[in-house]
Amino acid sequence: MIGTGKIKQYANVLDKPLGKGKQEVSLSAFAFLFSELVQYNQTQVDNISELETRLEDAGYAVGARVLELLCHRDKGNRRETRLLGILSFVHSTVWKVLFGKVADSLEKGTEHEDEYMISEKELLVNRFISIPKDMGTFHCGAFVAGIVKGVLENVGFPAVVTAHFVPVEGQQRPRTTILIKFAEEVLRREARLG
Amino acid sequence: MDTNDSLRVASLWHLMHAISQQLSPTTGCSEIELLEADTFDLHIFQSLTGTKLFVVCEPGTQHMEALLKVIYELYTDYVLNNPFYETKIPIRCELFDINLTQAIQKDRVALLGR
Repeated sequence: MIGTGKIKQYANVLDKPLGKGKQEVSLSAFAFLFSELVQYNQTQVDNISELETRLEDAGYAVGARVLELLCHRDKGNRRETRLLGILSFVHSTVWKVLFGKVADSLEKGTEHEDEYMISEKELLVNRFISIPKDMGTFHCGAFVAGIVKGVLENVGFPAVVTAHFVPVEGQQRPRTTILIKFAEEVLRREARLG
Repeated sequence: MDTNDSLRVASLWHLMHAISQQLSPTTGCSEIELLEADTFDLHIFQSLTGTKLFVVCEPGTQHMEALLKVIYELYTDYVLNNPFYETKIPIRCELFDINLTQAIQKDRVALLGR
C-alpha cells in the first residue's frame, strides 16, 4: 500500500539502474547526424587522411563506452583474455548491439600473422553515402574502425584498425573490410598463453 | 543533355510555373502537373518544400505520379543524407543513380507485364 504507483526518484543519475536500453533508433535520424558529423569535420581539416583520423577518434570514444556497457550487461563482468575470444565478441555482440545484426564474416589474414579482417557487404553507416570520385580512397567506415579500435584497446589488445573497400566481381558496390592489425605484445602474450 | 542545358531548361520552367500560377483560369489551382504534347508528356511533382521533379515520357504513359513519389523518396534517402552533396549543385551521387535506374526499370517491367 505504501508508495504504490510511485516511481522511485533517484537523486543522482549514476544511481539509476542500467536498463536494457532502447532497442531501436531511427535510421534517418542517425544518417542525418552522421552526415553532419562528416560535413563538420570536413570544414576543420585540410586533407583526407586527417578527416579519417577525426572520424576514427570519434569512433574510439564510442567504442570505449560500448565496451564498458556490454561488459556489464551481456558478459557479466567477465574479462576476455584470448585473441579469438575478443574477436568473436566484437564480431557478434558489439555488431549486434550497434547495427542490429552480426558482422558478415571474420577471417584471419593469410599474409601476416597479426592481421584479422571483419567483412561486411555494406556498413550501416555507409548506407546512404556515395563517395565522390575525387576523394579517392576515403572511407566513412573509419568511424566503425574507430569503434573497433576503442573496444580492443580498452580491453588490453592494442591494434591498428582501418577500413577498406574491396571490389567484388559480380557486384557493383565493393564490400567493406575492417582490417585489424594487432600489436607485437598481443601476439607474444597469445603465444605464451598457448 | 549536359548540365548547362539542364540548368537553362530548369530556369525556363521556373519562369513558366510562376506565370501559369497567375494565369490559371480555374480558382484554387496551384501548379502545372501535366504537360501534354504531340511526342511526349511532361509530369511534374512538387514537394512540400518546393522541390520540383520532372519526368518526360511517351504520351499516354500511366502511373507516373507513383514513380515520381518513389523518385522523391530516393532523392531524400541518397542525396540529402550524403555528406558530400552540397545543395544547388548538379547531383553526382552514385547510389542515387544506381537506385534510380533500378526504379525506372522496375516500373518499365511492371508496365510491360500489364
